[in-house]
Amino acid sequence: MIKVDQVTVHAGDFELTDISFEVPTGDYCMLMGRSGCGKTTLLESICGLRKISAGRIFLMGQEVTHERAANRGIGFVPQDLALFPTMTVREHLAFALTLRKTEKKTIDRRVAELSELLDIVDLLDRKPAGLSGGESQRVALGRALSAAPGILCLDEPLSSLDAEARQEICDLLRRIKQETHVTTLHITHNNLETEVLADQLLRLEGGAVRLL
Amino acid sequence: MMPLMEFNGLNKQKPYRAPSDVPFVIGLCLLGGVYVALILGMLLADAAYLHPSDFVQIFQSPEIRYATRLSLISSSLAALLSLWVAVPIGYLLSRFKFRGKSLLDAVLDIPIVLPPLVIGLSLLILFQTGLGRAVEKVIPITYAIPSIIIAQFVVACAFAVRTMRSTFDQIDSRREDVACTLGCSRSQAFWRVAFPEARRGMLTAGTLAWARSFGEFGPILIFSGATRMRTEVLPTSVFLEMSIGNIEGAVAVSMLMIAVAVVVLVVVRGWGAKEMLR
Repeated sequence: MIKVDQVTVHAGDFELTDISFEVPTGDYCMLMGRSGCGKTTLLESICGLRKISAGRIFLMGQEVTHERAANRGIGFVPQDLALFPTMTVREHLAFALTLRKTEKKTIDRRVAELSELLDIVDLLDRKPAGLSGGESQRVALGRALSAAPGILCLDEPLSSLDAEARQEICDLLRRIKQETHVTTLHITHNNLETEVLADQLLRLEGGAVRLL
Repeated sequence: MMPLMEFNGLNKQKPYRAPSDVPFVIGLCLLGGVYVALILGMLLADAAYLHPSDFVQIFQSPEIRYATRLSLISSSLAALLSLWVAVPIGYLLSRFKFRGKSLLDAVLDIPIVLPPLVIGLSLLILFQTGLGRAVEKVIPITYAIPSIIIAQFVVACAFAVRTMRSTFDQIDSRREDVACTLGCSRSQAFWRVAFPEARRGMLTAGTLAWARSFGEFGPILIFSGATRMRTEVLPTSVFLEMSIGNIEGAVAVSMLMIAVAVVVLVVVRGWGAKEMLR
Protein backbone atom coordinates (compact mmCIF):
# COMPACT_ATOMS: atom_id res chain seq x y z
CA MET A 1 0.00 0.00 0.00
CA ILE A 2 1.14 3.55 -0.76
CA LYS A 3 -0.52 6.36 1.15
CA VAL A 4 0.39 9.98 0.55
CA ASP A 5 -1.27 12.19 3.13
CA GLN A 6 -1.40 15.99 2.66
CA VAL A 7 2.14 16.12 1.35
CA THR A 8 3.82 19.39 0.41
CA VAL A 9 7.07 19.27 -1.47
CA HIS A 10 9.32 21.94 -2.98
CA ALA A 11 11.66 21.53 -5.94
CA GLY A 12 13.38 24.88 -6.57
CA ASP A 13 10.62 27.39 -7.36
CA PHE A 14 8.14 24.58 -8.00
CA GLU A 15 5.77 23.50 -5.23
CA LEU A 16 3.21 20.74 -4.79
CA THR A 17 0.86 21.43 -1.91
CA ASP A 18 -1.42 19.23 0.12
CA ILE A 19 -1.27 16.15 -2.11
CA SER A 20 -3.17 13.08 -0.95
CA PHE A 21 -3.88 9.71 -2.56
CA GLU A 22 -3.72 6.02 -1.79
CA VAL A 23 -2.76 2.94 -3.79
CA PRO A 24 -4.12 -0.33 -2.27
CA THR A 25 -1.76 -3.28 -1.80
CA GLY A 26 -1.22 -5.25 -5.00
CA ASP A 27 -2.72 -2.59 -7.29
CA TYR A 28 -1.04 -1.29 -10.41
CA CYS A 29 -1.61 2.45 -10.25
CA MET A 30 -0.79 4.79 -13.08
CA LEU A 31 -0.23 8.48 -12.43
CA MET A 32 -0.79 10.79 -15.37
CA GLY A 33 -0.28 14.50 -15.82
CA ARG A 34 1.26 17.08 -18.15
CA SER A 35 5.02 17.56 -18.35
CA GLY A 36 6.32 19.67 -15.48
CA CYS A 37 3.25 19.12 -13.28
CA GLY A 38 5.37 17.44 -10.58
CA LYS A 39 4.86 13.71 -11.18
CA THR A 40 8.56 12.88 -10.87
CA THR A 41 8.95 15.16 -7.84
CA LEU A 42 6.11 13.29 -6.15
CA LEU A 43 7.56 9.89 -7.07
CA GLU A 44 11.00 10.90 -5.74
CA SER A 45 9.40 12.03 -2.48
CA ILE A 46 7.75 8.62 -2.09
CA CYS A 47 11.10 6.94 -2.80
CA GLY A 48 12.82 9.09 -0.16
CA LEU A 49 15.04 10.94 -2.62
CA ARG A 50 13.41 14.30 -1.96
CA LYS A 51 12.50 15.73 1.43
CA ILE A 52 8.91 16.81 1.92
CA SER A 53 8.04 20.04 3.73
CA ALA A 54 4.77 18.80 5.23
CA GLY A 55 2.49 15.77 5.33
CA ARG A 56 3.11 12.05 5.80
CA ILE A 57 3.96 9.09 3.61
CA PHE A 58 2.99 5.50 4.46
CA LEU A 59 4.31 2.41 2.68
CA MET A 60 2.93 -1.03 3.44
CA GLY A 61 1.20 0.32 6.53
CA GLN A 62 4.34 1.89 8.01
CA GLU A 63 5.02 5.61 8.18
CA VAL A 64 8.24 6.32 6.27
CA THR A 65 8.06 10.13 6.10
CA HIS A 66 11.48 10.55 7.70
CA GLU A 67 12.94 7.19 6.69
CA ARG A 68 15.98 7.05 4.41
CA ALA A 69 15.48 5.82 0.83
CA ALA A 70 17.52 2.70 1.64
CA ASN A 71 15.03 1.56 4.28
CA ARG A 72 11.77 2.13 2.37
CA GLY A 73 11.75 -1.19 0.50
CA ILE A 74 11.01 0.37 -2.88
CA GLY A 75 12.21 -0.77 -6.26
CA PHE A 76 12.74 2.41 -8.28
CA VAL A 77 13.24 2.70 -12.03
CA PRO A 78 13.99 6.33 -12.97
CA GLN A 79 13.21 7.72 -16.40
CA ASP A 80 16.89 7.74 -17.42
CA LEU A 81 17.29 4.22 -15.89
CA ALA A 82 20.62 5.23 -14.25
CA LEU A 83 22.25 1.86 -14.86
CA PHE A 84 25.71 1.46 -13.33
CA PRO A 85 28.22 1.67 -16.22
CA THR A 86 30.98 -0.25 -14.41
CA MET A 87 28.78 -3.27 -13.61
CA THR A 88 27.60 -6.19 -15.71
CA VAL A 89 23.92 -7.07 -16.02
CA ARG A 90 24.51 -9.93 -13.57
CA GLU A 91 25.98 -7.49 -11.03
CA HIS A 92 22.97 -5.21 -11.50
CA LEU A 93 20.58 -8.05 -10.68
CA ALA A 94 22.69 -9.11 -7.68
CA PHE A 95 23.33 -5.56 -6.39
CA ALA A 96 20.52 -5.23 -3.82
CA LEU A 97 21.07 -8.80 -2.63
CA THR A 98 24.81 -8.40 -2.02
CA LEU A 99 23.99 -5.33 0.09
CA ARG A 100 21.75 -7.57 2.18
CA LYS A 101 24.60 -10.09 2.52
CA THR A 102 22.52 -12.80 0.86
CA GLU A 103 24.20 -16.18 0.33
CA LYS A 104 25.87 -16.57 -3.06
CA LYS A 105 23.75 -19.61 -3.91
CA THR A 106 20.55 -17.66 -3.27
CA ILE A 107 21.83 -14.70 -5.31
CA ASP A 108 22.69 -16.98 -8.24
CA ARG A 109 19.24 -18.55 -8.08
CA ARG A 110 17.53 -15.15 -7.95
CA VAL A 111 19.63 -13.81 -10.85
CA ALA A 112 18.71 -16.88 -12.92
CA GLU A 113 15.02 -16.50 -12.05
CA LEU A 114 14.90 -12.78 -12.85
CA SER A 115 16.91 -13.08 -16.04
CA GLU A 116 14.44 -15.77 -17.21
CA LEU A 117 11.45 -13.58 -16.38
CA LEU A 118 12.99 -10.55 -18.08
CA ASP A 119 14.43 -12.53 -21.00
CA ILE A 120 17.97 -11.24 -20.48
CA VAL A 121 19.77 -14.56 -19.87
CA ASP A 122 22.14 -13.92 -22.80
CA LEU A 123 23.01 -10.44 -21.57
CA LEU A 124 24.19 -11.35 -18.06
CA ASP A 125 27.89 -10.72 -18.74
CA ARG A 126 27.39 -7.54 -20.76
CA LYS A 127 27.74 -3.99 -19.47
CA PRO A 128 25.06 -1.28 -20.01
CA ALA A 129 27.04 0.42 -22.79
CA GLY A 130 26.31 -2.49 -25.14
CA LEU A 131 22.56 -2.71 -24.48
CA SER A 132 19.61 -1.43 -26.53
CA GLY A 133 16.90 0.76 -24.99
CA GLY A 134 14.55 -2.17 -24.39
CA GLU A 135 17.33 -4.34 -22.94
CA SER A 136 18.43 -1.53 -20.61
CA GLN A 137 14.85 -1.13 -19.45
CA ARG A 138 14.66 -4.85 -18.62
CA VAL A 139 17.91 -4.64 -16.64
CA ALA A 140 16.65 -1.61 -14.69
CA LEU A 141 13.43 -3.49 -13.90
CA GLY A 142 15.40 -6.55 -12.80
CA ARG A 143 17.66 -4.46 -10.58
CA ALA A 144 14.59 -2.85 -8.96
CA LEU A 145 12.83 -6.20 -8.45
CA SER A 146 15.79 -8.27 -7.24
CA ALA A 147 15.30 -7.80 -3.50
CA ALA A 148 11.56 -8.46 -3.86
CA PRO A 149 10.44 -4.95 -2.86
CA GLY A 150 6.93 -4.37 -1.55
CA ILE A 151 6.54 -1.42 -3.91
CA LEU A 152 7.69 -0.69 -7.43
CA CYS A 153 7.99 2.92 -8.65
CA LEU A 154 8.39 3.44 -12.39
CA ASP A 155 9.05 6.85 -13.93
CA GLU A 156 7.85 6.80 -17.54
CA PRO A 157 9.47 3.44 -18.30
CA LEU A 158 8.20 3.32 -21.88
CA SER A 159 8.71 6.91 -23.01
CA SER A 160 12.14 6.55 -24.62
CA LEU A 161 11.47 3.25 -26.42
CA ASP A 162 10.57 2.56 -30.04
CA ALA A 163 7.13 1.07 -30.77
CA GLU A 164 8.33 -2.56 -30.79
CA ALA A 165 10.31 -2.30 -27.57
CA ARG A 166 7.44 -0.40 -25.97
CA GLN A 167 5.06 -3.25 -26.70
CA GLU A 168 7.59 -5.78 -25.35
CA ILE A 169 8.14 -3.88 -22.10
CA CYS A 170 4.41 -3.27 -21.75
CA ASP A 171 3.83 -7.04 -22.02
CA LEU A 172 6.65 -7.62 -19.54
CA LEU A 173 5.16 -5.16 -17.03
CA ARG A 174 1.84 -6.98 -17.35
CA ARG A 175 3.60 -10.27 -16.68
CA ILE A 176 5.44 -8.82 -13.68
CA LYS A 177 2.11 -7.52 -12.39
CA GLN A 178 0.48 -10.94 -12.75
CA GLU A 179 3.39 -12.94 -11.34
CA THR A 180 4.54 -10.71 -8.48
CA HIS A 181 1.42 -8.72 -7.49
CA VAL A 182 3.81 -5.98 -6.39
CA THR A 183 2.12 -2.67 -5.59
CA THR A 184 3.17 -0.41 -8.44
CA LEU A 185 3.11 3.33 -9.06
CA HIS A 186 3.80 4.00 -12.71
CA ILE A 187 4.11 7.50 -14.16
CA THR A 188 3.01 7.84 -17.77
CA HIS A 189 1.81 10.18 -20.52
CA ASN A 190 0.35 7.44 -22.63
CA ASN A 191 -3.35 6.54 -22.51
CA LEU A 192 -2.75 3.23 -24.32
CA GLU A 193 -0.51 1.93 -21.53
CA THR A 194 -3.15 2.76 -18.96
CA GLU A 195 -5.73 0.64 -20.76
CA VAL A 196 -3.46 -2.41 -20.69
CA LEU A 197 -1.91 -2.09 -17.25
CA ALA A 198 -3.79 0.14 -14.84
CA ASP A 199 -5.95 -1.09 -11.96
CA GLN A 200 -6.21 2.48 -10.80
CA LEU A 201 -5.68 5.70 -12.71
CA LEU A 202 -4.73 8.98 -11.06
CA ARG A 203 -4.21 12.39 -12.63
CA LEU A 204 -1.99 15.11 -11.18
CA GLU A 205 -3.47 18.38 -12.35
CA GLY A 206 -3.60 21.91 -10.97
CA GLY A 207 -1.60 20.84 -7.93
CA ALA A 208 -4.02 18.08 -6.90
CA VAL A 209 -4.28 14.34 -7.51
CA ARG A 210 -7.69 13.04 -8.55
CA LEU A 211 -8.89 9.52 -9.19
CA LEU A 212 -10.10 8.88 -12.75
CA MET B 1 -2.42 34.78 -47.69
CA MET B 2 1.26 34.33 -48.68
CA PRO B 3 2.25 30.63 -48.88
CA LEU B 4 4.51 29.67 -46.00
CA MET B 5 7.35 28.50 -48.25
CA GLU B 6 7.35 31.59 -50.53
CA PHE B 7 8.28 34.80 -48.80
CA ASN B 8 9.91 37.99 -50.02
CA GLY B 9 13.63 38.51 -49.70
CA LEU B 10 14.74 34.93 -50.31
CA ASN B 11 16.88 34.62 -53.43
CA LYS B 12 15.72 31.37 -55.02
CA GLN B 13 17.67 31.95 -58.24
CA LYS B 14 21.01 31.23 -56.58
CA PRO B 15 21.03 28.05 -54.48
CA TYR B 16 22.38 28.57 -50.99
CA ARG B 17 25.85 27.22 -50.19
CA ALA B 18 27.22 27.23 -46.63
CA PRO B 19 30.60 28.97 -46.13
CA SER B 20 33.68 26.73 -46.41
CA ASP B 21 34.98 24.95 -43.26
CA VAL B 22 38.59 25.28 -44.44
CA PRO B 23 39.38 28.72 -42.89
CA PHE B 24 38.00 27.52 -39.54
CA VAL B 25 40.13 24.37 -39.51
CA ILE B 26 43.20 26.32 -40.66
CA GLY B 27 42.60 28.84 -37.85
CA LEU B 28 42.42 26.04 -35.26
CA CYS B 29 45.59 24.41 -36.61
CA LEU B 30 47.47 27.71 -36.69
CA LEU B 31 46.57 28.69 -33.14
CA GLY B 32 47.30 25.22 -31.74
CA GLY B 33 50.35 24.81 -33.95
CA VAL B 34 52.07 27.91 -32.56
CA TYR B 35 51.99 26.45 -29.05
CA VAL B 36 53.11 22.98 -30.13
CA ALA B 37 55.92 24.55 -32.18
CA LEU B 38 57.03 26.54 -29.12
CA ILE B 39 57.22 23.39 -26.98
CA LEU B 40 59.05 21.36 -29.62
CA GLY B 41 61.34 24.33 -30.35
CA MET B 42 62.37 24.47 -26.68
CA LEU B 43 63.11 20.75 -26.60
CA LEU B 44 65.05 20.80 -29.87
CA ALA B 45 67.05 23.82 -28.73
CA ASP B 46 67.90 22.02 -25.47
CA ALA B 47 68.92 18.88 -27.35
CA ALA B 48 71.01 20.83 -29.86
CA TYR B 49 72.79 22.64 -27.01
CA LEU B 50 74.15 19.39 -25.61
CA HIS B 51 76.99 17.08 -26.52
CA PRO B 52 76.43 13.34 -25.88
CA SER B 53 79.25 13.46 -23.33
CA ASP B 54 77.10 15.80 -21.18
CA PHE B 55 74.55 13.01 -20.84
CA VAL B 56 77.23 10.46 -19.99
CA GLN B 57 78.50 12.84 -17.33
CA ILE B 58 75.13 13.29 -15.63
CA PHE B 59 74.34 9.57 -15.77
CA GLN B 60 77.65 8.86 -14.04
CA SER B 61 77.07 11.50 -11.36
CA PRO B 62 75.97 9.91 -8.04
CA GLU B 63 74.31 13.22 -7.08
CA ILE B 64 72.06 13.16 -10.16
CA ARG B 65 71.28 9.46 -9.68
CA TYR B 66 70.30 10.22 -6.06
CA ALA B 67 68.19 13.21 -7.16
CA THR B 68 66.43 11.11 -9.82
CA ARG B 69 65.59 8.40 -7.31
CA LEU B 70 64.39 10.92 -4.72
CA SER B 71 62.33 12.83 -7.31
CA LEU B 72 60.58 9.65 -8.46
CA ILE B 73 59.83 8.43 -4.94
CA SER B 74 58.76 11.77 -3.47
CA SER B 75 56.56 12.67 -6.48
CA SER B 76 54.86 9.27 -6.35
CA LEU B 77 54.19 9.58 -2.61
CA ALA B 78 52.95 13.16 -3.03
CA ALA B 79 50.64 12.03 -5.86
CA LEU B 80 49.24 9.16 -3.74
CA LEU B 81 48.69 11.50 -0.77
CA SER B 82 47.04 14.04 -3.08
CA LEU B 83 44.60 11.43 -4.40
CA TRP B 84 43.89 10.23 -0.87
CA VAL B 85 42.76 13.75 0.03
CA ALA B 86 41.39 14.94 -3.33
CA VAL B 87 38.85 12.12 -3.78
CA PRO B 88 36.89 12.84 -0.57
CA ILE B 89 37.13 16.63 -0.95
CA GLY B 90 36.11 16.46 -4.61
CA TYR B 91 33.13 14.26 -3.72
CA LEU B 92 32.12 16.51 -0.82
CA LEU B 93 32.20 19.63 -2.99
CA SER B 94 30.38 17.95 -5.83
CA ARG B 95 27.55 16.26 -3.92
CA PHE B 96 26.82 18.23 -0.76
CA LYS B 97 25.47 21.71 -0.10
CA PHE B 98 26.67 23.22 3.17
CA ARG B 99 27.36 26.55 4.77
CA GLY B 100 30.85 27.84 3.99
CA LYS B 101 31.18 25.78 0.79
CA SER B 102 32.27 28.83 -1.28
CA LEU B 103 34.84 29.70 1.36
CA LEU B 104 36.19 26.13 1.37
CA ASP B 105 36.31 26.26 -2.42
CA ALA B 106 38.36 29.47 -2.29
CA VAL B 107 40.71 28.11 0.40
CA LEU B 108 41.43 25.06 -1.77
CA ASP B 109 42.56 27.37 -4.59
CA ILE B 110 45.13 29.17 -2.41
CA PRO B 111 48.02 26.78 -3.27
CA ILE B 112 47.27 27.35 -6.96
CA VAL B 113 47.32 31.14 -6.81
CA LEU B 114 50.09 31.65 -4.23
CA PRO B 115 53.63 32.15 -5.57
CA PRO B 116 55.59 28.91 -4.97
CA LEU B 117 58.17 30.70 -2.82
CA VAL B 118 55.42 31.95 -0.52
CA ILE B 119 54.16 28.39 -0.06
CA GLY B 120 57.68 27.29 0.92
CA LEU B 121 58.04 30.20 3.31
CA SER B 122 54.62 29.56 4.86
CA LEU B 123 55.49 25.88 5.39
CA LEU B 124 58.79 26.88 6.96
CA ILE B 125 57.00 29.23 9.37
CA LEU B 126 54.27 26.64 10.11
CA PHE B 127 56.90 24.15 11.28
CA GLN B 128 58.41 26.81 13.56
CA THR B 129 55.15 27.10 15.54
CA GLY B 130 54.54 25.09 18.71
CA LEU B 131 52.61 22.38 16.88
CA GLY B 132 55.19 22.26 14.09
CA ARG B 133 58.05 21.88 16.57
CA ALA B 134 56.16 19.10 18.35
CA VAL B 135 55.85 17.23 15.04
CA GLU B 136 59.52 17.87 14.27
CA LYS B 137 60.48 16.22 17.57
CA VAL B 138 58.84 12.98 16.36
CA ILE B 139 59.74 13.16 12.66
CA PRO B 140 62.31 15.68 11.40
CA ILE B 141 60.55 17.58 8.62
CA THR B 142 62.22 20.90 7.74
CA TYR B 143 65.34 20.54 5.56
CA ALA B 144 64.75 16.77 5.51
CA ILE B 145 63.18 14.44 2.95
CA PRO B 146 59.60 14.61 4.42
CA SER B 147 59.61 18.37 3.75
CA ILE B 148 60.02 17.65 0.02
CA ILE B 149 56.95 15.39 -0.01
CA ILE B 150 54.91 17.93 1.99
CA ALA B 151 55.92 20.83 -0.28
CA GLN B 152 55.05 18.80 -3.38
CA PHE B 153 51.79 17.58 -1.82
CA VAL B 154 50.54 21.07 -0.86
CA VAL B 155 50.63 22.30 -4.45
CA ALA B 156 49.83 19.06 -6.29
CA CYS B 157 46.81 18.29 -4.11
CA ALA B 158 45.08 21.54 -5.08
CA PHE B 159 45.21 20.49 -8.73
CA ALA B 160 44.07 16.96 -7.88
CA VAL B 161 41.09 18.38 -5.92
CA ARG B 162 40.00 20.48 -8.93
CA THR B 163 40.22 17.42 -11.19
CA MET B 164 38.30 15.18 -8.78
CA ARG B 165 35.61 17.80 -8.26
CA SER B 166 34.95 18.04 -11.99
CA THR B 167 35.14 14.23 -12.27
CA PHE B 168 32.36 13.78 -9.71
CA ASP B 169 30.40 16.70 -11.25
CA GLN B 170 30.37 14.75 -14.51
CA ILE B 171 29.19 11.52 -12.85
CA ASP B 172 25.39 11.54 -12.65
CA SER B 173 24.39 11.52 -8.97
CA ARG B 174 21.16 9.82 -10.04
CA ARG B 175 22.94 6.47 -10.04
CA GLU B 176 23.86 6.93 -6.38
CA ASP B 177 20.21 7.87 -5.68
CA VAL B 178 19.06 4.62 -7.28
CA ALA B 179 21.69 2.71 -5.29
CA CYS B 180 20.21 4.27 -2.14
CA THR B 181 16.72 3.07 -3.04
CA LEU B 182 18.23 -0.42 -3.46
CA GLY B 183 19.51 -0.34 0.11
CA CYS B 184 22.83 1.54 0.02
CA SER B 185 23.93 3.99 2.67
CA ARG B 186 25.63 7.10 1.25
CA SER B 187 28.98 5.50 1.96
CA GLN B 188 28.04 2.27 0.17
CA ALA B 189 26.67 4.25 -2.79
CA PHE B 190 30.00 6.09 -2.95
CA TRP B 191 32.22 3.00 -2.77
CA ARG B 192 30.10 0.75 -4.98
CA VAL B 193 28.82 3.20 -7.60
CA ALA B 194 30.60 6.58 -7.72
CA PHE B 195 34.14 5.45 -6.85
CA PRO B 196 34.47 2.81 -9.61
CA GLU B 197 33.12 5.33 -12.10
CA ALA B 198 35.69 7.90 -11.01
CA ARG B 199 38.67 5.69 -11.95
CA ARG B 200 39.50 7.63 -15.11
CA GLY B 201 39.33 10.93 -13.22
CA MET B 202 41.54 9.51 -10.47
CA LEU B 203 44.11 8.49 -13.02
CA THR B 204 44.06 12.00 -14.51
CA ALA B 205 44.25 13.61 -11.05
CA GLY B 206 47.07 11.25 -10.02
CA THR B 207 49.17 11.88 -13.12
CA LEU B 208 48.56 15.62 -12.88
CA ALA B 209 49.59 15.59 -9.23
CA TRP B 210 52.64 13.47 -10.03
CA ALA B 211 53.75 15.72 -12.89
CA ARG B 212 53.20 18.82 -10.78
CA SER B 213 55.21 17.31 -7.90
CA PHE B 214 57.99 16.14 -10.20
CA GLY B 215 58.55 19.67 -11.50
CA GLU B 216 58.08 21.45 -8.15
CA PHE B 217 60.98 23.66 -7.14
CA GLY B 218 60.10 26.92 -5.35
CA PRO B 219 58.59 25.56 -2.11
CA ILE B 220 61.25 22.83 -1.95
CA LEU B 221 64.10 25.33 -2.20
CA ILE B 222 62.77 27.31 0.78
CA PHE B 223 61.35 24.50 2.92
CA SER B 224 63.82 21.70 2.21
CA GLY B 225 66.95 23.56 1.19
CA ALA B 226 69.23 22.44 -1.63
CA THR B 227 71.70 20.07 0.01
CA ARG B 228 73.40 17.64 -2.35
CA MET B 229 72.73 13.95 -1.68
CA ARG B 230 70.20 14.96 0.98
CA THR B 231 67.29 17.13 -0.18
CA GLU B 232 68.26 17.32 -3.83
CA VAL B 233 65.52 16.55 -6.33
CA LEU B 234 65.99 16.99 -10.08
CA PRO B 235 64.72 20.61 -10.24
CA THR B 236 67.17 21.36 -7.39
CA SER B 237 69.94 19.76 -9.47
CA VAL B 238 69.14 22.09 -12.39
CA PHE B 239 69.35 25.05 -9.98
CA LEU B 240 72.62 23.84 -8.41
CA GLU B 241 74.25 23.18 -11.79
CA MET B 242 73.18 26.65 -12.97
CA SER B 243 74.47 28.29 -9.82
CA ILE B 244 77.99 26.91 -10.43
CA GLY B 245 77.86 27.98 -14.08
CA ASN B 246 77.49 24.48 -15.53
CA ILE B 247 74.82 25.31 -18.08
CA GLU B 248 75.43 22.08 -20.04
CA GLY B 249 74.87 20.05 -16.87
CA ALA B 250 71.68 22.00 -16.09
CA VAL B 251 70.32 21.45 -19.60
CA ALA B 252 71.26 17.75 -19.50
CA VAL B 253 69.38 17.30 -16.19
CA SER B 254 66.42 19.16 -17.72
CA MET B 255 66.41 16.75 -20.66
CA LEU B 256 66.62 13.83 -18.24
CA MET B 257 63.60 15.22 -16.37
CA ILE B 258 61.62 15.50 -19.60
CA ALA B 259 62.54 11.94 -20.61
CA VAL B 260 61.63 10.47 -17.20
CA ALA B 261 58.34 12.40 -17.05
CA VAL B 262 57.34 11.35 -20.58
CA VAL B 263 58.13 7.67 -19.88
CA VAL B 264 56.20 7.67 -16.58
CA LEU B 265 53.17 9.49 -18.03
CA VAL B 266 53.03 7.29 -21.15
CA VAL B 267 53.30 4.09 -19.06
CA VAL B 268 50.65 5.23 -16.55
CA ARG B 269 48.23 6.39 -19.27
CA GLY B 270 48.78 3.23 -21.28
CA TRP B 271 48.10 1.10 -18.23
CA GLY B 272 45.10 3.29 -17.38
CA ALA B 273 43.63 2.97 -20.87
CA LYS B 274 43.94 -0.82 -20.62
CA GLU B 275 42.25 -0.79 -17.19
CA MET B 276 39.36 1.29 -18.53
CA LEU B 277 38.71 -1.24 -21.28
CA ARG B 278 38.34 -4.08 -18.80
